[in-house]
Amino acid sequence: MEQKKKNILEMRDINKYFVGAHALDNCCFTLQKGEIHALVGENGAGKSTLVKIMTGVYTDYDGEYLFCGNKVHFQGIKEAQQAGISVVHQELNMMNDLTVAQNIFIGRESKGFFCSDKKLNEKAQKLISDFDIKVKPTELLKNLSVGKAQMVEIARAMSFESTKVLILDEPTAALSESESHDLFEKMENLRKKGISIVFISHRLGEIMKIADRVTVMRDGAYIDTLKVCECKIEEIICLMIGREIIEEPKQRSGVKENAPTVLEVTNLKSSKVKDVSFILNKGEILGFAGLVGSGRTEVMRLIYGVDKKESGEIFVNGVKRQINHSKDAIKYGIGYLSEDRKRFGLMLGLSVMDNIVLPSYTKLSKFGFVSKKKCLSETYRLIKQLKIKTFDTNQIVKKLSGGNQQKVVIGKWLLQDMDILIFDEPTRGIDVGAREEIYIMIKKLINQGNSIIVISSDLTEIVRLSDRVMVMSEGKITGELDISEANQEKIMTLATQG
Amino acid sequence: MNKGERVNQFMKGEGLQKLIAVLALIILYMFFSFFGKYFLTVDTFISILDSSYYIGFLSIGATFVIIAGGIDLSSGTVMVGSALIGGVAYNVWGLPIALSLGIVMLSALIFGAINGLLVGKIGLPPFIATLGIQFISLGYCSVIAKVQTQTYPSLISKDGWFKQFVYKNEGFPMGIIWLILFFIIAWVILNKTVLGRYTYAIGSNEEAVELTGIKSNNWKILVYIVNGFFCGLAGIIYAATYSTITPQTGNGQEMYAIAACVIGGTSLSGGIGSLSGTILGVFVISVLKTGLLSMGLPVQWQQVLIGVVVILAVLMDVIRMKNLKRFSLT
Ligand SMILES: Nc1ncnc2c1ncn2[C@@H]1O[C@H](COP(=O)(O)OP(=O)(O)OP(=O)(O)O)[C@@H](O)[C@H]1O
Ligand SMILES: [Mg+2]
Repeated sequence: MEQKKKNILEMRDINKYFVGAHALDNCCFTLQKGEIHALVGENGAGKSTLVKIMTGVYTDYDGEYLFCGNKVHFQGIKEAQQAGISVVHQELNMMNDLTVAQNIFIGRESKGFFCSDKKLNEKAQKLISDFDIKVKPTELLKNLSVGKAQMVEIARAMSFESTKVLILDEPTAALSESESHDLFEKMENLRKKGISIVFISHRLGEIMKIADRVTVMRDGAYIDTLKVCECKIEEIICLMIGREIIEEPKQRSGVKENAPTVLEVTNLKSSKVKDVSFILNKGEILGFAGLVGSGRTEVMRLIYGVDKKESGEIFVNGVKRQINHSKDAIKYGIGYLSEDRKRFGLMLGLSVMDNIVLPSYTKLSKFGFVSKKKCLSETYRLIKQLKIKTFDTNQIVKKLSGGNQQKVVIGKWLLQDMDILIFDEPTRGIDVGAREEIYIMIKKLINQGNSIIVISSDLTEIVRLSDRVMVMSEGKITGELDISEANQEKIMTLATQG
Repeated sequence: MNKGERVNQFMKGEGLQKLIAVLALIILYMFFSFFGKYFLTVDTFISILDSSYYIGFLSIGATFVIIAGGIDLSSGTVMVGSALIGGVAYNVWGLPIALSLGIVMLSALIFGAINGLLVGKIGLPPFIATLGIQFISLGYCSVIAKVQTQTYPSLISKDGWFKQFVYKNEGFPMGIIWLILFFIIAWVILNKTVLGRYTYAIGSNEEAVELTGIKSNNWKILVYIVNGFFCGLAGIIYAATYSTITPQTGNGQEMYAIAACVIGGTSLSGGIGSLSGTILGVFVISVLKTGLLSMGLPVQWQQVLIGVVVILAVLMDVIRMKNLKRFSLT
């Protein structure tokens, strides 16, 4: 019996303005009971803004909002929460100095004035084992990896009992494939219980796998809603960016035979890295694959001099170098794009231009005076090249959409002329169109004579980009594959062996 | 958690700084025992305790504020100003001493609430708001006192009973009992209540707290009121200790409180800190003050050395933060 399902949440003709931006332009959205509804669109399309209106973060907007059939206008986060809306916002929103348990139950410690950690820890332990996250409830949040912190935040959102609608804004951006898989299982279970889920992701493959329907947004406007089982990825992309993407054919980048080795690492060891050695040749893109937590980031941090290595040697252009600090690494021409832009990559309170040019001041100044003109022109160039969606070079980075923040980090490094660039999850939170741009840009860098290491949990990305793939598992390198023999299955097998 | 991990976590947190504070305390004590005159006596010990009461209370209040990511530059003048108003109530308005002490508390609570409103409701940066209140309390309380010095009743007079709570009762420093009592109360608030939890949470990441639906601003107001309460207690103790309250004094005392917090491992960037550390910090400062006196050095040297200690403590904080972040910019 085909019965029209009931809409649990409906938004009609929503308009939202920011200074300098019309973020939502007569946007519409309907969510049915018990469905997983994907929301897609380019960086800056307005997805997160829509979510923030749904969840009561933004209270000043025009338009109609129906929840469970009633007209509502939430006057705050608490109201939306009480109505039954739980959310995981795009960026990590956790209290770093509090424990895992304290984070999960913040705001729900107890009914009275007193709260006991013991009870919270017990409750948290149950939740954590349910979710199969390998952390202790008493662990301080700042000691967790990004992926684990993200899992904890998701667990928190899913732990509200009165939840009718769960909104996940790019939850998988910081997760590994296997963690994402676990998450999808949890989402499936919730759907069976009749909970509706809004799911935002730039990984369209995930959406095809898990979602029932997908709504496409472009430039703050509603474009279309499709049934996932009746459409193809290409269709969605086309709606998203208004044109088709032409994927560059996979090809080896310009590594010449017997190209010199620019970076050699031997027997690198630390508490999380077990005897890692590898080389990087000039003009090569070396992919690092593995599960989140397999030690890839840790290896790069040792090379970049932010963590102390127990032993091991680093040769740059054949010369042994002591790298004790990121400053040393930069001096020898090694740049590192962190996987967690909010914590390490950006000065959120400063403008787009400041973020891009600050590290390159020496390059942009004459006799100690910074040339404003040069700064501006370089910034404009990068904004154009990377298609950063900002209305002005003076826009505060915090106000950019997540994906555009990531582009600013990339811009910052592009300006610095590093010989060796380490990209740690370069396309996290970046839409398909822009991702393609970043791939092209990486290839361009190679042609200019740079050498690049790419860490990615996205296997398609690894296979697309790399000339050679190193696979890590539990702090060890478990395999090395040339691109001619690398495919996703082979990498996965290596990544999961102990 | 196995033992190694626990030690590790302890060292990463404010534990290391606390350890250093304990060591500093011991070393200072030994140093002054050698080089100071009559330092290693019961009397000196008691006078060290005596000199730590009002700074102790100020520091307890400051700990709350700093952990919540704020700062209070007005606590010194609020303490003295409130004591001054209490004196006016007793001397000029002729109120009974108990009521006058109540007025000391009330005055400090009001100032605390104003600080809270300026920061939480109006959204001023704490540094600016409390700096303003420093001047206001400094001036306004003197105006109320008509710039007259106020004297509290002496220990032996009829109304002097309240000093017994603070002063030596047959040789026993009673003040320490009150300090311990209120330390315990503050500890319970900070560690076992929702208010304490939110204090840490707000200092750690206020935006995230807001996003969970907690009205962080209201809690901040409460934090400043708690701070006001401890300033009031400090005011009473101050009155009991010094008896004569001079108008337009008290500024600078807040720095001792902030210093005590920092020495004890409370991070000026918020989210991290403990009351036990703060109390250690208070004693480091008291020992330093008393010890330098026993060496016959002029008071100015106290200031110099406390400055040095504070810089060292902040340096520790900075280094610790750096290790935690594990990353520098660019
Ligand atoms: N607080 C703000 N002030 C000014 N402009 C803003 C603010 N927040 C968002 N914007 C702008 O509104 C637009 C929509 O942003 P939003 O964060 O909703 O995009 P998004 O679809 O979530 O993108 P992404 O995929 O990159 O996360 C962007 O152009 C952004 O610059
Ligand atoms: Mg977004």
